[in-house]
Amino acid sequence: MLKVTNLQAKIDGKEILRGVDLEVRAGEVHAIMGPNGSGKSTLAQVLAGRENYEVTGGTVEYDGSDLLELAPEERARAGLFLAFQYPVEIPGVSNVYLLKAALNAVRKHRGEPELDAMDFLTLVKDKLKLVEISQEFLYRAVNEGFSGGEKKRNEILQMAVLEPRLAILDETDSGLDIDALKIVANGVNSLRSPDRAIIMVTHYQRLLDYIVPDFVHVLSDGRIVKSGGRELALELEERGYSWLEGDAQPAAQSGARAGAGS
Amino acid sequence: MATATHQLDALIAQEYKHGFVTDLETDTIPRGLNEDVIRLISAKKNEPEFMLEWRLAAYRHWLTMIEPNWAHVHYPPIDYQEISYYSAPKSNKDGPKSLDEVDPELLRTYEKLGIPLKEREMLAGVVAVDAVFDSVSVGTTFKKKLGEMGIIFCSFSEAVQEHPGLVRQYLGSVVPSGDNFYAALNSAVFSDGSFVYIPKGVRCPMELSTYFRINAQNTGQFERTLIIADEGAYVSYLEGCTAPMRDENQLHAAVVELIALDNARIKYSTVQNWYPGDKEGRGGIYNFVTKRGDCRGANSHISWTQVETGSAITWKYPSVLLKGDNSVGEFYSVALTNNRQQADTGTKMIHIGKNTRSTIVSKGISAGRGQNAYRGLVKVLKSADRARNYTQCDSLLLGDRCGAHTFPYIEVKNPTAKVEHEATTSRIGEDQMFYCLQRGISAEDAVSMIVNGFCKEVFKELPMEFAVEAQKLLGVSLEGSVG
Repeated sequence: MLKVTNLQAKIDGKEILRGVDLEVRAGEVHAIMGPNGSGKSTLAQVLAGRENYEVTGGTVEYDGSDLLELAPEERARAGLFLAFQYPVEIPGVSNVYLLKAALNAVRKHRGEPELDAMDFLTLVKDKLKLVEISQEFLYRAVNEGFSGGEKKRNEILQMAVLEPRLAILDETDSGLDIDALKIVANGVNSLRSPDRAIIMVTHYQRLLDYIVPDFVHVLSDGRIVKSGGRELALELEERGYSWLEGDAQPAAQSGARAGAGS
Repeated sequence: MATATHQLDALIAQEYKHGFVTDLETDTIPRGLNEDVIRLISAKKNEPEFMLEWRLAAYRHWLTMIEPNWAHVHYPPIDYQEISYYSAPKSNKDGPKSLDEVDPELLRTYEKLGIPLKEREMLAGVVAVDAVFDSVSVGTTFKKKLGEMGIIFCSFSEAVQEHPGLVRQYLGSVVPSGDNFYAALNSAVFSDGSFVYIPKGVRCPMELSTYFRINAQNTGQFERTLIIADEGAYVSYLEGCTAPMRDENQLHAAVVELIALDNARIKYSTVQNWYPGDKEGRGGIYNFVTKRGDCRGANSHISWTQVETGSAITWKYPSVLLKGDNSVGEFYSVALTNNRQQADTGTKMIHIGKNTRSTIVSKGISAGRGQNAYRGLVKVLKSADRARNYTQCDSLLLGDRCGAHTFPYIEVKNPTAKVEHEATTSRIGEDQMFYCLQRGISAEDAVSMIVNGFCKEVFKELPMEFAVEAQKLLGVSLEGSVG
């Protein structure tokens, strides 16, 4: 589904990604871990098409097409979803309005008829249960005055409504207490499916207790320096990241396809 | 009557003498302004003597006045002798012959707003208004219904003929003929407008809209509106149209006067979308308007809600004189400037009575090279014990070539008054845009969504169907202003 090859990117002239290789197949859940400043969030933003970042090299193939050629909204309509680390507030625009506009943009792209208000509401009410939020939430302005937990749950609600092919969750666990974390994790888990892939960007292994990944990658200094199965996350928990730093292998060798057994 | 006709004949003859060419067939008079022109206008409208005197007094005062230049707008000097001050009903002689001659940008806007073809021709000035609507039937149906309740809703000219007593009593009682340069000009030469009177204790059962009335005749560039709500009466009045209106007359100087007696309430909503000119600002309308409400009675209430998206230049300060004790004044405004548009708009709240309250919510949006200024005065006189004002003034910028300016004036002469002022300026954040794009929403829809969110507090004051149209309008007006 997604094939990232030797991806390099910089912002304000500063090199952040220095050759990332990653392959994700439908149905898989990948965790990308790494210390602060390693480039985790940058990778998420570059994949989603944030314009502040300049891609200086490498390729990204998504469902057979060149992802980097697509505008951010085209990527979204093609099923790429980013759950933001810091969801922005949009005063005066209700949650339900944004959701409906987003879903209908995606449906239009797929050649499906747009949903009217009634059908849409029926669909959303169903999804609200996934993240355990009340309907009243829909009529509040997007993220305005939301608690940290509400913001993150709102991201997962959007994901549930938009049903993306590839979801990238950027630090979705940060700022959550244990109860909120469980709710978010349950939401995500219920969205796991054989034709959907999920990439979780996270600093802590805690999230992985609840959303168990198929693969774990360690990003350090703009490269994936180690890949493994779930046990790698546990090892990181114990030993920290420092033993891997400076261990950056040449990109070609770190393995585009980093299976659990490699 | 005979005298009037005689005078008219004499005037026409006189004009010929001055080398004018007057073609009675087209019912327009040549360019230029002098007392004879005013006499002619008054005579053509068959006005009573008091109206002529009033016009002449305004004209004489106007001659002594200097065009204001304090507003934050720039335009070449206007030659007032180059304007024709009377043309009714509308002649299409100078207008475009077909839609092919109309600015393609304007046509695209009509298309986006989903306006039927026939109406597009009317709005662009290709055909006369009455060619489109069956105005007679629409007009008379409503008029009959309102008439049964004692409500008067008619053109200003008709009111002068049918209800001279009311006109004489209230005309100029809020905006005196010499109030300001443009108001004085309007008082001297105004062609027509609307007149509304709601009798004691009557609640007008429908939104009164010029849209229904204006069909019959083009009120032209100097429009005059007078609305009176008698004791305990209520009326909601809608002015304007969301579709951009083209007009051959560049200068528009209207006057609107509202009078609310004891316990009366007037709600006045405007969507102003005059042609703003092309991308370089050529050919746009100058909209210099004086709007003022008078809360004359105790517990009276006047609210202005305006959505200003059109015109090359807007100069407009709908105000409220809070004379009655416990009276309430409100001003809710969205002003959008794009391309080369300039707007200097705001309000004046003058607290005179005790326990008077006013609320000002102003949302300015600037895009392209647009310049948007909020200018507001809150004045609390010595007599206004416990007056309260709340002002919120927000500006939103799109792009880096536009400007937002705020000029708040506060004068308080009573120590028990409470005046609050809040102001913010923000840009549409890159983060907000990216968030929407990442959800699959196009850049234009995203801007429209964010801007409409910004204006929500004002839109909720608009009557329902107006609000829906206004939202659509903002989106269309901002097209191409992203990226």
